[in-house]
Amino acid sequence: MSTTAAAYTPRTAKEIAQRIARDIPEGWAVNLGIGQPTSIADHVPAEREVLFQSENGILGMGPAPSANEADPWLVNAGKQPVTLRPGASLFHHADSFAMIRGQHLDLCVLGAYQVASNGDLANWTVPDPSVIPGIGGAMDLAAGAKRIWIMMDHTTKQGEPKLVDTCSYPLTAVAAVARVYTNLCVVDVTPRGFELVEMVPGLGFDELQAKSGAPIHRR
Amino acid sequence: MIDKRVSSLAEAVSGIEDGSVVMIGGFGAVGQPDALVEALAAQGAKNLTIIANNAGWGRDVGIPKLLSLGRVRKIVCSFPKGSDAFSDLYTKGRIELELVPQGTLAERIRAAGAGIPAFFTPTGVGTVVAEGKETRRFGNRDYLMETALHADVALVEAWQADRYGNLSYRGSGRNFNPIMAMAAAMTIAQANEVVDAGGIDPEQVGTPGVYVQRVVPFRR
Repeated sequence: MSTTAAAYTPRTAKEIAQRIARDIPEGWAVNLGIGQPTSIADHVPAEREVLFQSENGILGMGPAPSANEADPWLVNAGKQPVTLRPGASLFHHADSFAMIRGQHLDLCVLGAYQVASNGDLANWTVPDPSVIPGIGGAMDLAAGAKRIWIMMDHTTKQGEPKLVDTCSYPLTAVAAVARVYTNLCVVDVTPRGFELVEMVPGLGFDELQAKSGAPIHRR
Repeated sequence: MIDKRVSSLAEAVSGIEDGSVVMIGGFGAVGQPDALVEALAAQGAKNLTIIANNAGWGRDVGIPKLLSLGRVRKIVCSFPKGSDAFSDLYTKGRIELELVPQGTLAERIRAAGAGIPAFFTPTGVGTVVAEGKETRRFGNRDYLMETALHADVALVEAWQADRYGNLSYRGSGRNFNPIMAMAAAMTIAQANEVVDAGGIDPEQVGTPGVYVQRVVPFRR
């Protein structure tokens, strides 16, 4: 096999977000994690009614306002100005996390440092005591939503796999993840481990496996 | 006559003692009672334990000011990143941090106000948060025991307050404010507008006045 130009193009963050948005059906209540997952909302067509939740007390969140229309009393979990869609509701933090922990959200999409083949998730901090730690809502979302999908690159910038047998980073939740969307593929977490749903065109299965730290099973 | 109105921020924070446990509401800038926190910094109480979602942002306003002035012994929060003042103290080992998942933080505060001493939650099972805590199995799942979080004082921000201490909220301004108001021995509210009894529609009251001891106007 040639070691020169790759025969495939990894998905961009925008393309991963578009791919995930395709899988979110009308009627779901969805929390999108801070960072890249937030952009998924931009790719859900306006006519498809999905309720976006923000853990600081919003269900039915809309897109960012223009600068001169921003309401200083309305921000999302990333502390950015947002809008409300018709049918939105507002509530306090204990009710918001009752909604999360009580399994009333159909989906939460989070970023990750590592996902293990049993669904363990590591996404809240790195194993470096000099880094200021911060949990935020990650552990509650990972333990509470009906299903957890992950949006991440397939490997670190150094090329290390992020799909692994066992997480070496501090865990956010145990056996929490249902599906992972990377820039190379989509995999489900099943009782036998990672199961391939799709790969980007032109990528060989052996090459995908070589970039993964745990077996990928073909259906 | 019931009248919880006070005329100045200084009067609102008078009597807060050294060593107090102080809850501070807000998420981002919304519902964050910065004027009261500034007044507390000027009042001078020290050796405080702060309970809040964040350790503030940047360095100069609100919680970071209390931190920079060396008034805080311990902070209980879910996400202290983004606070330069906190980072300085934490790196030098000069502040104690109790890191709590955000939903567990909210529920521990709610439990305190509701007379519930402890509860079991699935959040944090199998993580560092579980260390030293009782784990119990209900059905086919493990849960952690978490305990109620009380405070001596809660500083909150409301949209409107009335003479009875009833509070209303706007936008995403509820966040931690209604539950903190319930969990503290003394709750002090800064409100965009302070009105007489009846000035807030009872249907719009987010925090009944029984939970609130002092209200002070501060227009953003």
